[in-house]
Amino acid sequence: MNDLFSKFDPLIEQREALLNTGVTDPFNLVMERVESPTVAICNGRRTILLGTYNYMGMTFDPDVIAAGKKALDEFGSGTTGSRVLNGTYGGHKAVEQALKDFFAVDHAMVFSTGYQANLGIISTIAGKDDYIILDIDSHASIYDGCAMGNAQIVPFRHNDIEALEKRLKRVPEGAGKLVVLEGVYSMLGDIAPLKEMVAVSKANGATVLVDEAHSMGFIGEHGRGVAEAQGVIGDVDFIIGTFSKSVGTVGGFCVSNHPKFEILRLVCRPYVFTASLPPSVVATAATSIRKLMDSADKRAHLWENSKRLHAGLRQLGFKLGTDEPQSAIIAVIMPDLETGAAMWDALLNEGLYVNLARPPATPAGMTLLRCSLCALHTEEQVGEILGMFAAAGRATGCIS
Amino acid sequence: MSDRQQSLAKVLELVEPFNKKGIAVSESTRFAQDLEWDSLTVLDFVANIEDEFDVIISMNMQAEIETVGQLVDTLGRLNA
Repeated sequence: MNDLFSKFDPLIEQREALLNTGVTDPFNLVMERVESPTVAICNGRRTILLGTYNYMGMTFDPDVIAAGKKALDEFGSGTTGSRVLNGTYGGHKAVEQALKDFFAVDHAMVFSTGYQANLGIISTIAGKDDYIILDIDSHASIYDGCAMGNAQIVPFRHNDIEALEKRLKRVPEGAGKLVVLEGVYSMLGDIAPLKEMVAVSKANGATVLVDEAHSMGFIGEHGRGVAEAQGVIGDVDFIIGTFSKSVGTVGGFCVSNHPKFEILRLVCRPYVFTASLPPSVVATAATSIRKLMDSADKRAHLWENSKRLHAGLRQLGFKLGTDEPQSAIIAVIMPDLETGAAMWDALLNEGLYVNLARPPATPAGMTLLRCSLCALHTEEQVGEILGMFAAAGRATGCIS
Repeated sequence: MSDRQQSLAKVLELVEPFNKKGIAVSESTRFAQDLEWDSLTVLDFVANIEDEFDVIISMNMQAEIETVGQLVDTLGRLNA
């Protein structure tokens, strides 16, 4: 009999070979205790967290925690139902209102995860005979949204404005066009030239969707993302985001000013055919989002952290994903998976957690040590982090 | 040369810069198995084809194209 799992054999072998070198499994780490947004206990050791996307450090905010506990007491542990049946509580409407206030838009729709937000919106709004034109480095949730729908999918080279424009111009007359972009690309931490790309898309009659998962709360005057920072948020038709990064819990959303937006609640399958978020989760999200509106000082400190880490790593001799820090993600480029895993292991032994990222998640087959900073990392911690990188880098021969 | 032959000649010319193994390329050459192209190589090659023929070859269409000959057939249909 044909074993359906034989297609995974190459990956199983690669994984065994990697673990046989003696490194800790980078994809099986357990956080035994979490002390704060920046510190956890892993393998009994106090570990600085530098790979959590917890950009604004809201996970232990006292007001956020209190809101969650109150909702747990008053509304119970879960809704056990879909948003369109028994799963919409006051808290779900309250978090959607918080999003509308945060982004200053007319409509907000909350999904159970950020992945489902992209999956649902993209697969629903682009139908047969429509064209989705997307950056080749788009997140898996965007590709999966494309695969779930039946539009024509046309990728273009990463951040290439001219490549986008050429494809827009070639779409057959009369076909619908959806351009899908991200504010911050999470692998290398680089941002998109949204000002130019949104202008080109609009000039060619396209609808524009921007995923601001890694920029919300941090980038832009009000923390609305890269489109706000580049002055084009008014021309973006749909913004997708998540509660699992700056907001500090779990969930996803889409905000829009489209006049017919609310119909999506009835036709978007990843919204309809799943249970809604627990009351405690939407309560923590709403509280966190409202606090993020007024977090200019934290945003400024996060930028300082990002600049300091970027400059420090470069000075040590590491190769980084961007020449200048463009977001709160700093990607350290490793020569190969083996070296990357050894470096990751050495950092963990020093007491530092970063993300080990490898293909197919990464572009161009790269292995990355991806660092994401938090507004609550102190100046002292960033110094400690640089010391750990220096020691681990020398021990593994990544730097001299 | 017929239109199809001209298209084939152009496609073969555009394959060459990405023919890292230097294999002999014909209509039956398969992009994935014979040329061993990864997704980024495919993107670059498809972009060059699209620019040359002024067409869009969506990922949906690419999924149906396995060989050089099938690509030439698709181009023929798109430019018809």
